[in-house]
Amino acid sequence: MNHWVIAPVLWPWLAGILLLLGRGSLAWQRGVSIAAVAGQLGLALVLAAEVSGGSILVYTLGNWSAPFGIVLVADRLAAWMLVVTALLAPFALLYALRGDDAAGAHFHILFQLQLFGLNGAFLTGDLFNLFVFFEILLMASYGLLLHGSGRKRTRAGLHFVTINLIGSTLFLFAAGTLYGVLGTLNLADLALKVAAAPPENAPLVRVAGLLLFSVFALKAALLPFYLWLPDAYANASGSVAALFAIMTKVGAYSILRIDTLLFGPNAGLAAELLEPWLLPMAMATLLIGVVGALASLRLRQQVAYLVVASVGSLLIAFGLGSVSGIAAGLYYLPHTTFAAAALFLLADSITRRRSDQADRLDPGPTMASAGVLGGLFFIAAVAVAGLPPLSGFLGKFLTLRAALAHPWWPWLMAIILSGGLISLIALARTGSLLFYRAVPPENPVTPEAPSALARELAPSLGLLLLVAGLTVAAGPLAQGTQAAASQLLQPQYYIQAVLKPGGTP
Amino acid sequence: MEVLLALIVGALTTGGIYLALRARTFPLVLGLTLLSYAVNLFLFAMGRLTVGQPPVIVSGAPGYADPVPQALVLTAIVISFAMTAFVIVLALKARAEMGNDHVDGLHRP
Repeated sequence: MNHWVIAPVLWPWLAGILLLLGRGSLAWQRGVSIAAVAGQLGLALVLAAEVSGGSILVYTLGNWSAPFGIVLVADRLAAWMLVVTALLAPFALLYALRGDDAAGAHFHILFQLQLFGLNGAFLTGDLFNLFVFFEILLMASYGLLLHGSGRKRTRAGLHFVTINLIGSTLFLFAAGTLYGVLGTLNLADLALKVAAAPPENAPLVRVAGLLLFSVFALKAALLPFYLWLPDAYANASGSVAALFAIMTKVGAYSILRIDTLLFGPNAGLAAELLEPWLLPMAMATLLIGVVGALASLRLRQQVAYLVVASVGSLLIAFGLGSVSGIAAGLYYLPHTTFAAAALFLLADSITRRRSDQADRLDPGPTMASAGVLGGLFFIAAVAVAGLPPLSGFLGKFLTLRAALAHPWWPWLMAIILSGGLISLIALARTGSLLFYRAVPPENPVTPEAPSALARELAPSLGLLLLVAGLTVAAGPLAQGTQAAASQLLQPQYYIQAVLKPGGTP
Repeated sequence: MEVLLALIVGALTTGGIYLALRARTFPLVLGLTLLSYAVNLFLFAMGRLTVGQPPVIVSGAPGYADPVPQALVLTAIVISFAMTAFVIVLALKARAEMGNDHVDGLHRP
């Protein structure tokens, strides 16, 4: 048994406990937190190297063989998601070290527990365990969202908590129905039992599957369920919003997982269950996201709507269902995560410098260090809108190329391209409002100390460099996502890997 | 027994959804609580309803009560209990900060 599989789950959990022990000292908390995210990146990379050959690593907790015990499963997709999370976390943390973390007592603990929940959700091979990890990451996210307080943040937090509690209830109904009908919660075992379900049970399985899909769509913020996102993300503090850029991707990951594993083409009467829903919902989400971005009156609200739009693009790629489509989506996923996080951090920096206007999109006095901020905002906007030369363009290009094989290709082309155009217009308007139409201030702006400015902008710059890295390494990475996608579309290997020791494959 | 349990789960869910759609935080919290009760009973019934059976297989016993849903319910109860406590504190905080108990902070007398 390969113990690397459980390490990314245990590591942030132990770090969280260690942080609880020393919660009096901020310096201690910062030190442990930095060491923890650095170590986590190492663990994620080791695990990614372990599975890069195509093997699927299974960790049976307590050595209870599947389907009786809970398993953790590391395949290429899970390792890819772990690496993306581990790359995002240090930058969100670095930005928080500037003072966000001092606004309340438990920032670092919640941060590590959020990573614990995220890593667990990516690695688990058990449906109920997935629910538990979802709850862990949500509980941490409630705390992080409310961190620092404020009237608007409390209101957004109340809405966020309520909608997610209702989502959790639906998740339990879905998991309960699947258990009641099929008698198992292990994902690999479920895949076999779903495929073998007799006709009289098929409607119940389909209802449970669609209920599960709507829960994940709620987490991913697909069209009818996206309404919680703009308010929550726009009112979180900058570093928290940047970390939350990965949260919608957990939903997208779960949709991809159940779509390929449980409801693939070989799933008997529940085959292609999500097919009629996923693509139309994703297309509508992309459109509503960019329209929302165009209509936004506040900068951070606009970035939040762009996150909704990016979820739409991502799930269009996943919804194509082909190897090339899923591979394009997996390449686009880290890009959109890093670019959105960078834009959230920059939006926070811009908001701090506009005293009266804050993040309202009105012309105001020229802000301090407008040149540097404007330049970074420009690069981040190019990345988010998907313009060449950055990886957003490559991701969209790969998606469009994969979409050519789909019968709806004219619609897909039209929506993806016009989505890109509208988000470009929205960002161009924002950029010109913030930086060009600024009026000269009454009192001359005092130039900021370069060292403080560098410390503030380093995390966003780092995230943009990651985007540049994705662009430069596009060839090998696209091959990697291709391999991950083809592994996903051959679920028999996953099932075999989980159930082989003593199971009934 | 199945019919009675189904009716109870249905009634709890109906009440939970109705209350969760109210615009005040107190009914909202009650609604979420009722929903969690409903789902706990539902999970419990998913192991099939049995009376007087041993929890694990015993030789000679005519059947057994499925222990997995009971473990699931226990986990779900712990989580929903913690979440209810959290939502109550959050609702109180919202009441204090917004000056009224409307979920959007809008005072409608």
